[in-house]
Amino acid sequence: MSDTIASLQIGEKGFIEHLCLENIPLKLLEMGCLPGIEVQLIQKAPMKDPLYIKVNGSHLAIRKETAEKITIVK
Amino acid sequence: MSHDKVVKVALIGNPNTGKTSLFNQLTGLKQKVGNYPGITVDKKQGKCKISENLTAEITDLPGTYSINPTSLDETIVIDTLLDEENELYPDLIIVVAEVENLKRNLLLFSQIKDLKIPTILVINMVDQMERKGINIDIKQLEEKLNTKVVLISARKNTGIDQLKSIISDYQKLDTTPVVNISEKIDKDYFTKLKSAFKEFPLYKSWLLITQNKEYEFLNDDQKQLVLKFREDVNCIKRYQHKETIFRYQVIHEILKETYKVDKSQATDLRSKLDKILTHKIFGYIIFAAIMLLIFQAIFEWASLPMDLIDGVFANLSEFVKNNMAPGAFTNLIAEGIIPGIGGVVIFIPQIAILFLFISILEETGYMSRVVFLMDKIMRRFGMSGKSIIPLISGTACAIPAIMASRNISSWKERLITILVVPFTTCSARLPVYAILIALIIPAKRVWGIFNLQGLTLMALYLLGFTAAIMSAILLNNVLKIKNKSLFVIEMPNYKLPSLKNIFYEVVEKTKAFIFGAGKIILALSIVLWFLASNGSSNYTNAEKIVTSTKENQNLSEQALQKKIVAFKLENSYIGVMGKTIEPVIKPLGYDWKIGIALISSFAAREVFVGALATIYSVGSDEDTGTIKQRMAAEVNSETGEKRFNLATGMSLLMFYAFAMQCIGTLAIVKRETKSWKWPILQLVGMGILAYISAYITFIIFK
Repeated sequence: MSDTIASLQIGEKGFIEHLCLENIPLKLLEMGCLPGIEVQLIQKAPMKDPLYIKVNGSHLAIRKETAEKITIVK
Repeated sequence: MSHDKVVKVALIGNPNTGKTSLFNQLTGLKQKVGNYPGITVDKKQGKCKISENLTAEITDLPGTYSINPTSLDETIVIDTLLDEENELYPDLIIVVAEVENLKRNLLLFSQIKDLKIPTILVINMVDQMERKGINIDIKQLEEKLNTKVVLISARKNTGIDQLKSIISDYQKLDTTPVVNISEKIDKDYFTKLKSAFKEFPLYKSWLLITQNKEYEFLNDDQKQLVLKFREDVNCIKRYQHKETIFRYQVIHEILKETYKVDKSQATDLRSKLDKILTHKIFGYIIFAAIMLLIFQAIFEWASLPMDLIDGVFANLSEFVKNNMAPGAFTNLIAEGIIPGIGGVVIFIPQIAILFLFISILEETGYMSRVVFLMDKIMRRFGMSGKSIIPLISGTACAIPAIMASRNISSWKERLITILVVPFTTCSARLPVYAILIALIIPAKRVWGIFNLQGLTLMALYLLGFTAAIMSAILLNNVLKIKNKSLFVIEMPNYKLPSLKNIFYEVVEKTKAFIFGAGKIILALSIVLWFLASNGSSNYTNAEKIVTSTKENQNLSEQALQKKIVAFKLENSYIGVMGKTIEPVIKPLGYDWKIGIALISSFAAREVFVGALATIYSVGSDEDTGTIKQRMAAEVNSETGEKRFNLATGMSLLMFYAFAMQCIGTLAIVKRETKSWKWPILQLVGMGILAYISAYITFIIFK
């Protein structure tokens, strides 16, 4: 299985490889979550969900289920 | 020139960009808040003198990250911009961007710009540029974006004059699109689209296709065409994604040459604060402490002004009674209208304090952290982290709370939030609780520090929250709605709150509450007064009937008057209603007089105390002390015991904790869910729960 945003360690960075268009809201793309862009996991909420990420200059929180659908290359 | 020209300006921007600060800066006190037709989203408008003979009519549109809406509030932006017949259709758009997140802000700008409406880009918070090591080449940016760019600091009031001078020349602005969407996505498709809607800019036609909505301003042929283009849903979705990626590419290229950040200068206040505020232990402790502070404030700080308001209105009633000619009209004013208005005004202190705290939490950026912390927990109950805001707001009033649920993007999570919010102890329950607790719970201390009455009140709050959570769990299991998660929130920078923004926010929200919910409460008070002071023939002939009854012959004048008043109450319309429902409420420990109070508070629970005041002291003053004394003296005619004993009092507390007695809330639920099904479910479900728990409580304490 390939890496996803959900498999990042806190502070770790990766590059977004692929977003599954069926499951990812357009809004996430519009907020800067795009293929080829660097993404960093800033923090996890208690109970490890949602995830707090930095992508394209935006600081966003997304749920783990969404993060698992975005594959990355470390 | 003899009279002013008017330019209609729309302010658009991402949330947290200081758009509202700019709006406040431009319009000052010359703003008004209305509603958009059909929905209750605040429509903020204001006027601003631009030059000698030009006035701008500015509309502050809801904050959004994109022209493609994900919530009801956001649809207003696109609806306003697509329809040229819309009364708000702007002559000029100001897109407000924030200096640090320029890239993301430019996505929205590029979408707006492509609609070929004159658009200015305002970059806000430039006072922080130096500290953050940011450098912008304005000249080049203007060239690439085909428009004027203004650097401002809405807080420090810089750049506003320059903005005004550009507004005054708005007709000279270039309306060439920034991004040519057809270029990279699918040339054939977009060429077809272009020739199908020759009269519109290409991007507008594309938006007409992508939005799942029928636009009334289109003619029948155009509507048919739109439907045809919409057939291939997957293709549209794919193109939307491609479009977004393409826009970012263009923006990236533009910024590469015009926007420089020296990262070494960036401070890390954000990460330091985040470490503490979203910490798995301290995060919750801090949140709990803030909640405690808010509740403390709502009840401690508000009590003094509330007592004052209560006193003023009581005095006013008395003054009117003593100084106007006696008659039905005077009674209407003194017993109907004045207490009615008072019943609304008395909530202002609590509501204002609550909105004060909420707007501070939102302005500072802390609210997003709370959402982040609570999301997983709330999801177990079928809600979202975003449900926290409605649940907190619900302690003041369910109506703004339900409106605050709009930014929850999952329908199921939002619906559950809307359905359970009315369980939280709103401020209208407070006067009911206060008087009942004072009657049945002794004011003694437990364990030396806690006041037993205070503890009871706290227990009732907890009961409300527990009921909300429990019913959420139930609904989560029962409701069969496919839950598609769209949870994406921005974690904005921490900011010091701006006093000006908070002031306007509190004033506006409070005003909206008073004129929204207030109308209903006032109207009901008048209806109630009418029902209590009119009745069938027994009522009108009360004096004759009572005086002529044999056993009353020997009574003193005063006692006789009292009998007449009591007889009148019993035979007034509302008295008859109370008697009618007596058999139903008897198992709960209530009599027909309490029945009257129940009926009158059916539409707004705070009417309970006022109704009891009317019942136990028709024609007397409104002082709570005396109502309380009269209630305490009331005797159950069957048992000879006190009417408001522990069992009846507890039973009433339970009833008011659970019953859905608020017509304003029902109306707003109907409007937000677009169906009668949900408010009826609330009314019936909460009613049954209230009845059963009141019954059980009465049995236990009897």
